[in-house]
Amino acid sequence: MAIWIEEDAKVLVQGITGKQGMFHAGKMVEYGTNLVGGVTPGKGGQEVLGVPVFDSMVEAISQTDADATVIYVPPPFAGEAIMEAANAFETIKGEGVIVCITEGIPTLDMVKATAYVANRSNVRLIGPNCPGIITPGETGGAKLGIMPGHIHAKGRIGIVSKSGTLTYEAVAQTMSINEGQSTCIGIGGDPVNGTGFIECLAAFEADSQTEAIVMIGEIGGNAEQEAAAWAKENCTKPIVGFVAGATAPPGKRMGHAGAIISGGKGTAEEKFAAFEAAGIACARDPSELGQVLLASLKEAGLR
Amino acid sequence: MNIHEYQGKALLKAAGVPVLEGVHCTSVNDALEAYDALGSKVVAVKSQIHAGGRGKGTMFHPETREEVMQGGVKIAFSREDVEKYASNILGNLLVTIQTGDEGKIVNNLYVESGCAIAHEYYLALLVDRENKDVLIMASTEGGMDIEDVAHNTPEKIHKINVDPNSGLLGFQKRDLGMALGLSGNALKSFFKMLGKMYDMFIAQDCAMVEINPLVKTEDDEIIALDSKISFDENAEFRHKDWDELRDLSEEEEVEIRAKETGLSYVKLDGNIGCLVNGAGLAMATMDVIKLYGGEPANFLDVGGGADEEQVKTAFSIILEDPNVKGILVNIFGGIMRCDIIAKGVIGATQSLGLDVPLVVRLAGTNVDEGKAILAASDLNIYPADDLADGAQKIVSLIGGGE
Repeated sequence: MAIWIEEDAKVLVQGITGKQGMFHAGKMVEYGTNLVGGVTPGKGGQEVLGVPVFDSMVEAISQTDADATVIYVPPPFAGEAIMEAANAFETIKGEGVIVCITEGIPTLDMVKATAYVANRSNVRLIGPNCPGIITPGETGGAKLGIMPGHIHAKGRIGIVSKSGTLTYEAVAQTMSINEGQSTCIGIGGDPVNGTGFIECLAAFEADSQTEAIVMIGEIGGNAEQEAAAWAKENCTKPIVGFVAGATAPPGKRMGHAGAIISGGKGTAEEKFAAFEAAGIACARDPSELGQVLLASLKEAGLR
Repeated sequence: MNIHEYQGKALLKAAGVPVLEGVHCTSVNDALEAYDALGSKVVAVKSQIHAGGRGKGTMFHPETREEVMQGGVKIAFSREDVEKYASNILGNLLVTIQTGDEGKIVNNLYVESGCAIAHEYYLALLVDRENKDVLIMASTEGGMDIEDVAHNTPEKIHKINVDPNSGLLGFQKRDLGMALGLSGNALKSFFKMLGKMYDMFIAQDCAMVEINPLVKTEDDEIIALDSKISFDENAEFRHKDWDELRDLSEEEEVEIRAKETGLSYVKLDGNIGCLVNGAGLAMATMDVIKLYGGEPANFLDVGGGADEEQVKTAFSIILEDPNVKGILVNIFGGIMRCDIIAKGVIGATQSLGLDVPLVVRLAGTNVDEGKAILAASDLNIYPADDLADGAQKIVSLIGGGE
């Protein structure tokens, strides 16, 4: 078992005929992802990467019985692409996972889209502005996003992060102590997004394959603090954490739309303190995540 | 993206939110003409800068740094007052709690009619990250620092969250007005004003609208006496008019240039330049430099798909900062291949004639090819195995921590 996305999950790509969509869909297939189709309105009937292109998500899910979709649609249209996917999964299958990679979606579009998804209780949104979700397999696996597949290996560490490349750093750190990953999720760096830290922690806690968790946060908002408080009450598995942005000046947006310290709130220190208060083992340097994880695994009798 | 008070008030007025009559001025003469035209005995002469705390700020001479006047927002009771305040403000430096010591030169002034205030309130609309909706926050404690009110008397802050499915509902506007103790015509005026303001917030893709103070006049009218508005930059593509509202003198020129080439750059005060792919890793790189005793000179994210040209632009932007004594490149190649980055680094160092130490840490896709390319060059490039190693190397190369 992994979380939300099984190794052989049937996957669609929205925006598959675009430059980004086609490139990354190709990489997903190379990794071994079970790509079953793509959606680009107006391009139905074509074939890309050996899979059919559909005009709509309703049509695509009806024809392929897909479990999940990855969105590479440009920002002006991505909010609606999320809602189209949510509606189609709900009406046809009753469930589904939507992964939105797009960066730069207007916040109010995401307010609307997340509310729309929330009204469809068995539909999950991951992202936007994220690397996606990957469940490594024995050979290949399911890669729904833009992360480099080859750095991963199947294992027992669950990883959840707001950042893309910092997630890869965390993956490399688990590999440095010979540990693979159950599922890695980038929840994205936007102020308003779908799945949050707590839902990921809860899923990892319930997942039999996952034995320890790495959680990577960054400045802005208080999702990390809430997740830490939740973990203290509900998580039995060891958690290792890092927060990026200890040196970020207040009031400045640090790349990610959500990465900003406002009114003195959302600092890295605040988040590290919340992690430590919840018993999460922290690394102050991401190159030490592996050693901190190893120590936590030993302490829990897992190594 | 922030805009000035006078621009915000024009937007509010166009949306139907009551504001006082006012004129945007850029010279003392403008200000005097504005005073004559407004025909109000009492006017406010207000510095226009993007930072808050203007009223309690101090005006300084930009070169001598001598104090010119207390306060960047003044109430004028005569034509002479207007002349004095306008000349004390325009072209001078305003230092407020939010500008830092360097302050900001004031080039824009807003001269606004006065009104008879019965009570001051606080009102803000913003995106609530936790609830994923629009939050409206109001308080009877207008004119004060809202962070202090939230800390000392949280019960005086009233909040409503707007369900995006239903929009702002009548009872919510009424409830909020009543929570502020409004009744009769004042409540009606508040009700109408809030609806218009919410509509503007959505139509203009605002990130925040803050009115402090919002006032009740002696005639029971509700008026926005101040305005602080910021837009969600992600929505720029559907607001072509924002270009005209942008005051480039309020932004760092180099940050704008970086943005135009697809780079995300923020200048800091240290001396170690950083070039990183990914926002989270870029922040972590700064943090680790600091952890090993150095000081980062900047945040720089080259993005996921930078090419050789962008790497070169990134280097030239970093090197423009005269404080930079060394550079740390930290790339975790995903989509981006390390061999491409290595070529970009070599190309940039050669064409820019780099003369500060350069530490390069590469990981991920095609890392071995990338390292081989760097090793084969005769340039002074120090390879690093991981982030900690890279940070330690660059800190020691520039002569240890400060």
